[in-house]
Amino acid sequence: MIATESLSKRFPRVTALDRLSMDIGPGVTGLVGANGAGKSTLIKILLGLSPASEGRAEVLGLDVATKGGEIRERVGYMPEHDCLPPDVSATEFVVHMARMSGLPPAAARERTADTLRHVGLYEERYRPIGGYSTGMKQRVKLAQALVHDPDLVFLDEPTNGLDPVGRDEMLGLIRRVHTDFGISVLVTSHLLGELERTCDHVVVIDGGKLLRSSSTSDFTQTMATLAVEVTDTDAHPDGTRAVREALAARGVTLQATTEEGLPGAGHILLLEATGEETYDLVRDTVAELGLGLVRMEQRRHHISEVFKDEPAPEEVTAR
Amino acid sequence: MSTPNSTAQTQIHNIGYRKYDGQRLGRAYARRSLYSQSLRGAYGLGRSAKSKVTPMILFAVMCVPAAIIVAVAVATNATKLPIEYTRYAIVTQAIIGLYLAAQAPQSVSRDLRFKTVPLYFSRPIERVDYVVAKFAAMATALFILTGAPVIVLYVGSLLAKMDFTTQTKGFAQGMVSVLLLSLLFAGIGLVMAALTPRRGFGVAAVIAVLTISFGAVSTVQAIADAQGSTGAVEWLGLFSPITLIDGVQTAFLGAGSSFPGAHGPGAGLGLVYLLVVLALIAGSYGALMRRYRKAGL
Repeated sequence: MIATESLSKRFPRVTALDRLSMDIGPGVTGLVGANGAGKSTLIKILLGLSPASEGRAEVLGLDVATKGGEIRERVGYMPEHDCLPPDVSATEFVVHMARMSGLPPAAARERTADTLRHVGLYEERYRPIGGYSTGMKQRVKLAQALVHDPDLVFLDEPTNGLDPVGRDEMLGLIRRVHTDFGISVLVTSHLLGELERTCDHVVVIDGGKLLRSSSTSDFTQTMATLAVEVTDTDAHPDGTRAVREALAARGVTLQATTEEGLPGAGHILLLEATGEETYDLVRDTVAELGLGLVRMEQRRHHISEVFKDEPAPEEVTAR
Repeated sequence: MSTPNSTAQTQIHNIGYRKYDGQRLGRAYARRSLYSQSLRGAYGLGRSAKSKVTPMILFAVMCVPAAIIVAVAVATNATKLPIEYTRYAIVTQAIIGLYLAAQAPQSVSRDLRFKTVPLYFSRPIERVDYVVAKFAAMATALFILTGAPVIVLYVGSLLAKMDFTTQTKGFAQGMVSVLLLSLLFAGIGLVMAALTPRRGFGVAAVIAVLTISFGAVSTVQAIADAQGSTGAVEWLGLFSPITLIDGVQTAFLGAGSSFPGAHGPGAGLGLVYLLVVLALIAGSYGALMRRYRKAGL
C-alpha cells in the first residue's frame, strides 16, 4: 500500500523526516509518534502535496512525486484539525466533497447518504454542522474521507478531543472501515495504547526516524503492564506485600509504582505480563494466599516507553 | 394510532457497505463543480435562507432603476435612453461595491477560517484549479449583477423601437465594459478577502479599498479640475478601480467620461489605463496563487 525509501524532508531549521524507509501493507496501520515526530509531514508527502527533499515514496504503487493527482483520487484524508463549515448540513457538505473527488452528482448524493449512515449519522445529518457535538463532527470528517470509496484513508488523530466512550466508538469505526468496507487505514496517534486495540500493524517514528515497525501482537506481548490490587486478610495484614513477595519468588518482574500520592497507590502492583500465563499466575497466586482480587487490568502505555528498548522499571509512566 | 405501519417504519434495514465502481470524473469536473458551487453560493443558492437576502436585494436594487428608465422611455416614446449603457455601472458603483464586500469574503474567507482548504487540496484538484474556479465564479457573479441591468436597458430600447444599430453597438460596448469591471473587481475583492480568515475584516477591507480610493481620487480630481490642470485629472483616474474602468471605456468604448469636467483620457493615455486594468487582474490572480501556496494542509 505504502512504501518509502530513505525519505527525507528538511525545512530550513528542522529535519522533519530523516531517511525513513518502510513498507506498509493492507490493513489497519497505526502511525505513532510524539507531537512533531513527523507524522503530518509524512501524510503531506504521501498525498503528493509537498515534495520530499530526498528519497522516494509510493502510495498504491504510484509515485508521489509525479502521480499526486491519481493518488488523491484513490485516497481519503481526515485532518487532525476542525475543517467543517458550521452553516451547512453534513449532507450538503459531504455531497460537495464527493463531487470534489470526481463523483457525478447522483452518485455523490447516494454515496453521501450511505457513508453518513455507516459512520452513524442519521436524522441530524440535515441540520447545520455548527450544532454538532465533537463526536458527530469527527464522524462527518471521517465520512468526507470515505465518501468516494477510496482504497486507502489517512486518518490524522481521529480520536482527538473525544471522551472515552466517543474514543472507543471511533476506534471501533476505524476497525470497521477495514473489516467491513475493505478500505486500508493509516491512522496516527500519540497514544500507543489505543492503537494496540485497533491496528494490525504499528509503526513508531520519532524525530523523523523509524523507531520500530511490527505487528500489534508483538507490542502487546512485550509491552503489556498489569496492574493488580488485592484485599488484606487477617492472615496477610499487608496483602499487597504478600503477593509481591510470592510473585517475585515465581520470577515475575515487578515494576515500581509511579502513582505515589494517589489514593491507594501503595496497594497497586505493576508487573510485566509476558503472555497469557502471567494472568493465570497472578490469579493462582492470589487464590493460594486466600486474598481477594480487587482488580487486574492492563495499563495503557505511553509512547515514551517504546522509545526505550527495555524500559527501566523506575522510568515507566503507567498511564 | 395502531396502524400496522408503525412496525414497518421502525424496521432497520442493514444494507452492508457497498463499494463504488462508478465513474470518477477527475480534476476538470471537480473544478467545474467548485465553480458552480461558488457561483450559486454568491447568490445564496444552496445556502441558508438568510444568506440569500443580501445578494438578492442588491440584485433587485441594481435592476429596478434600469426597469424604471425603460418604462419611462417606452411611455414617453423617447428616441434614446436617458443613460448610456456604459454609464450604468459607474452610477451604481456603490451597489456593486456592497455586493463584492458581502460575497467575496463569503467565497474565500469561509474556507480559510474553517480550514476547509486542506480538504480541497487532499483531492484531485490543485491550487491553480481552486484559484481559477473561485476567481471565475466571483467574476461571473459580478457579471450577472452588472450585466443584467444593461440587458434590461437594451431590451427596453428595442421595445421602444429605438435605432437598432446604435442601441446594439452601445449594448455591446456596455457588456465589454462590465465584463472588464467584473474581472477587475473580483480580483481585488478576492485578494482582500483571502488575506484574512475573518469575514468581518474582509468586508471592511473591500469597502475601504473601493470607497477610500474612489473618494480620494475624485476629490483630488475635482481640486485639479478647479485649478485648471486637466492633465492631472486624466492621470489621477489611474488610482481607483472604478475610475480605471471609466477611463478605459471613455478611451475605447465610446463612453462619456464621468471625470470632473469630463476630462477623460484619450486613446494614448487610455492604453495606459487598459494596461493597468489588465495588470491588476493578472496581479490579483498571482497574489491569490501565492496566498494558497501556504494555505494547503
